[in-house]
Amino acid sequence: MTTACERILTVSNLKTYFRTPDGIVRAVDDVSFHLNRGEVLALVGESGCGKSVTAHSIMGLVKAPPAKLEGSIVFDCRELIGLSSSEYRKIRGMQISMVFQEPMSSFDPLYTVGEQLMEVAQAHMPWGEEEAKERIIETLRLVHIPEPDKRYSEYPHQMSGGMLQRIMIAMALITSPKIIIADEPTTALDVTIQAQVLNLMQDIQSEYDGSIIFITHDLGTVAEIADRVHVMYAGKIVEKASVVELFDNPLHPYTAGLLASRVRREYKGQDLPYIEGYVPRADQFPEGCRFNPRCLRATAKCRELQPPDLEPAPGHTVACWLYEGGDGR
Amino acid sequence: MKILSTTGLKKYFPIRSGVFLQVTGYVRALESTDFEINEGETIGIVGESGCGKSTLGRTLVKIYEPTAGTITYYDPLGASHDISKGLGRDVRQTFRKDVQMIFQNPFDSLNPRMTIRDIIREPIETHKLFDDVAAMDERVAELLTRVGLYPEYAQRYPHEFSGGQRQRIAVARSIAVNPRLLICDEPTSALDVSVQSQIINLLKEIQRETGMSLIFISHNLDVVHHMSDRIMVMYLGNVVESAPASELFDEPAHPYTRALMSAIPSWNPKDRKLAKVKLEGEPPSPINPPSGCPFHPRCPHAMELCHEIKPEPQEVNDGHLCACHLHARADAEVAAR
Repeated sequence: MTTACERILTVSNLKTYFRTPDGIVRAVDDVSFHLNRGEVLALVGESGCGKSVTAHSIMGLVKAPPAKLEGSIVFDCRELIGLSSSEYRKIRGMQISMVFQEPMSSFDPLYTVGEQLMEVAQAHMPWGEEEAKERIIETLRLVHIPEPDKRYSEYPHQMSGGMLQRIMIAMALITSPKIIIADEPTTALDVTIQAQVLNLMQDIQSEYDGSIIFITHDLGTVAEIADRVHVMYAGKIVEKASVVELFDNPLHPYTAGLLASRVRREYKGQDLPYIEGYVPRADQFPEGCRFNPRCLRATAKCRELQPPDLEPAPGHTVACWLYEGGDGR
Repeated sequence: MKILSTTGLKKYFPIRSGVFLQVTGYVRALESTDFEINEGETIGIVGESGCGKSTLGRTLVKIYEPTAGTITYYDPLGASHDISKGLGRDVRQTFRKDVQMIFQNPFDSLNPRMTIRDIIREPIETHKLFDDVAAMDERVAELLTRVGLYPEYAQRYPHEFSGGQRQRIAVARSIAVNPRLLICDEPTSALDVSVQSQIINLLKEIQRETGMSLIFISHNLDVVHHMSDRIMVMYLGNVVESAPASELFDEPAHPYTRALMSAIPSWNPKDRKLAKVKLEGEPPSPINPPSGCPFHPRCPHAMELCHEIKPEPQEVNDGHLCACHLHARADAEVAAR
């Protein structure tokens, strides 16, 4: 049995609830997972499944109260839930850093990118101004920014989206964090630029031996970068597996549906397979298994009781009643 | 029968600066483009952001006035009208009824203050398709059913619906007046994966029923392949390749098309391919495009010639056009033998 400490991050029974005028939104509802040192874990799901809220909870970006945060997040032997904001600040940006989806709106247009990187460096690192600048330029070179010393004193509007995304990765890297959480880092980018950014993240990961939580809705990029995959639906993790296992043998009907929704060339001239219905709103999750209204194999039990995590194959867990008595077939 | 065709269509946006807002340059969004769409046909337009694919779509529906070139519109009776200088009184009604558009973001394209009934009824009213209100409401109900929603939804407001449902409403609105041509600008890009296929199937179904033509604009090659009979690949305002959908995928001729295809993830963790993608750099700015071939700064096969002379589109196969000097040279070599 591995203890929590050997792992860089262990999240247990995390619940993040928000109170809204329409009722309580259970954005993340009893989610448990861990991240090993040096691995890339993908959290996959569609909009509103709670993947970003999970990331924000780990980063201490969810303000509680008013939100309700329960469970435990152990990072490097240390419980994060309940830390004061000044203690959190020593971890956030320093040991766990984040790359956001929209590079264009994540930078302050009034400061040069150099100044913005400098702010991070000076907040966390014991470097003098000159050393910091040197290291920043070095990091910019690492993320393949051409002419980094010139780019250092340019403004965000002078760069393209792909370049800003790489600068944001540089910003996340500058403190050599133990975990980088990348929230849809390539969604706003073009395919050819997406390929460059994914390659870059892979290179950095193998060089630094840090861990990455990669959040996305795109299974295509997951296949390219992840070691393990967790699929989320309506605030719950419904399936956990290694990336090869997940693509070869998806167990949860939702995962299977997502994989089948890929637009394949062979389908030309035919209807595309799809998942019936829509993702439920966060304040209107159905009773029982939250996927049951869209599931073709749902039974009476699925409509009443939430399925527990079952492990039909070693290291491959799924929250679905179909696997209660074995392999589900 | 043709619906729309263009010759040498160009769109430049002026850049103004200084106190007197003098024109100091141009964004060359769309360079000289020849285009043609026939009844019942689907043309796909792919390219990365800033390549001019949306500009082409919007210039065709006359949201933008073209800088140069002609747009010819063929009305249902077969008469042709030159609409590049503006829509004349005689063609405006038929053109606006014949050509409809769906936009990318259903969160922006539906007026939040209008009920679904009003949203769908607006084009019907504008084009006076029905005289009395009861008939109009019946048509709205019929359209909602057609796009897979309940007729009771007519009383509701857009905020009550999910992205996929809103896009269905946008489809209902666009087909309300029985258009002959529907221009879809990234209609599935803002949607979830599981919902994207629903909208694609819906558009295909409606096309099968009504025989309308589609111009399908997207950055997603797989989706464009699924939808289209013909595909045009754009780069920096230029159409660099145009071919029947299957041929483009089987035998991509332009180096840029090949690069685009190699960048599509494999969906196979045992055969990761992005690390093998060799396309460096990013598209240059359309304000100051490179000399010669627009792709030459990133092209792995760039030659001396590519820096100087812009290649013209030429036929590499039946109905397969490609603007690249490599193919011209191959032809010349064949001819020399």
